[in-house]
Amino acid sequence: MNLEAQIQTQQPRTPAWAMLRTLGSIAMISGLLVALVYQFTLPIIAENQRVLTEKAVFRVVPGAVAKRDFVITADGELAPAEEGAEGALVYGAYDADGGLIGIAITGSALGYAGPVNVMFAYDPECDCITGSKVLNSNETPGFGDKLDFDPDFLENFQALDARLNATGDALANAIVTVKHGTKTRPWEIDGISGATISSKAMGHAANNAAQRAVPVIERDLAALTRQN
Amino acid sequence: MAELPDTRERLTPDTFLRGLWEENPVFVMLLGMCPVLAVTSTTVNALAMGLATTFVLVCSSLLVSLLRNWIPKQVRIASYIVIIATFVTIVDYAIQAISLELYAALGAFIQLIVANCVILGRAEAYASKQKLMTTLVNSLGMGAGFTLALLSLGTVREILGNGTILGISIFPADFQPWIVMILPPGGFFVLGAWLLLFNWLRLRKERKAAEPTGVIADAR
Repeated sequence: MNLEAQIQTQQPRTPAWAMLRTLGSIAMISGLLVALVYQFTLPIIAENQRVLTEKAVFRVVPGAVAKRDFVITADGELAPAEEGAEGALVYGAYDADGGLIGIAITGSALGYAGPVNVMFAYDPECDCITGSKVLNSNETPGFGDKLDFDPDFLENFQALDARLNATGDALANAIVTVKHGTKTRPWEIDGISGATISSKAMGHAANNAAQRAVPVIERDLAALTRQN
Repeated sequence: MAELPDTRERLTPDTFLRGLWEENPVFVMLLGMCPVLAVTSTTVNALAMGLATTFVLVCSSLLVSLLRNWIPKQVRIASYIVIIATFVTIVDYAIQAISLELYAALGAFIQLIVANCVILGRAEAYASKQKLMTTLVNSLGMGAGFTLALLSLGTVREILGNGTILGISIFPADFQPWIVMILPPGGFFVLGAWLLLFNWLRLRKERKAAEPTGVIADAR
């Protein structure tokens, strides 16, 4: 008897049904476990997401104690968002008496390492952006976080001009990031030297957010101030 | 199936301790380097990654050990991968439920636990041959060793690269953090330094053991 035959007799072939049975049952148990955990964690994750957004809104609009979510409808109006609505929302921020004190809008742009998502505060009284907070980005540590913490850079967002043009369908002046130290006009953002691409992305994000949301907000401000 | 020689291990304290020191997955076996270098920029990230990996390691090893006589040899790797992937998905949801900020900080590396060779290595080399209890103790030890290794990198990198520990500032305000330490190269620097220390300790121990007793050690 040669070696190969010996091995053959020593180790009988596993029947196919045994393999199928094993893989099938393991896959089924796995599916069941994953589905159970998914069902269990889904409401907790949704609640986490809500708290995270609320924290960001209250940070960009200081003094706010309540927020309401709105969606931009197809015909350019604001409608109250359903529970768990996805996509680019507009958040109204209110004080304790229910008065509108600011509006949070979001925009994103491509930074140095992937998209930079930012939340901005828009003040309809001065027609300007009054605050910013990066929601998520993959920018290089030590450079990218300047977008949220560099005091000189944040000064740009204290009263960033976002006036509408005469027809009210776009900004009168597109928001742009300019080279560090060359900011002369109120719709320009003074860039950070050393983090040029990240600060440019911030300008693009601000412009995207404002171009999309400000015309609708100005047209339909009543929807935001209306009491429920 | 042919009777295999009995390789089953008796349960001793060493079953647990081996993972911490002698067979530490990071410092001795150099396994699972991807998360070791990628997510150890802060202590919290390192701890979360270590615990997540330990959970997957222990659960999948237990299941593999439980089913070891029932999984045909030909489909064992496929079975192990499905088992590991299940627990990774569970951890993924669990971390999202615990903190979305932590989830964002760990990024894709949670899903990549699936490809961590510490876990598949344990399943193939240990859990598939050992009894449930020894497997539990051994994988807990390995997980603890992995977590400790991640923590030793994460703490050093956070202190030097950010001037904080667990987010609390420990240096005077004029300390200029070494940003390179929280960037990828910093991971390699710190890992290299730890490996140097571990190898030096090991060599010193071997040298001491090799010296015959009663002879005065040379004054090096």
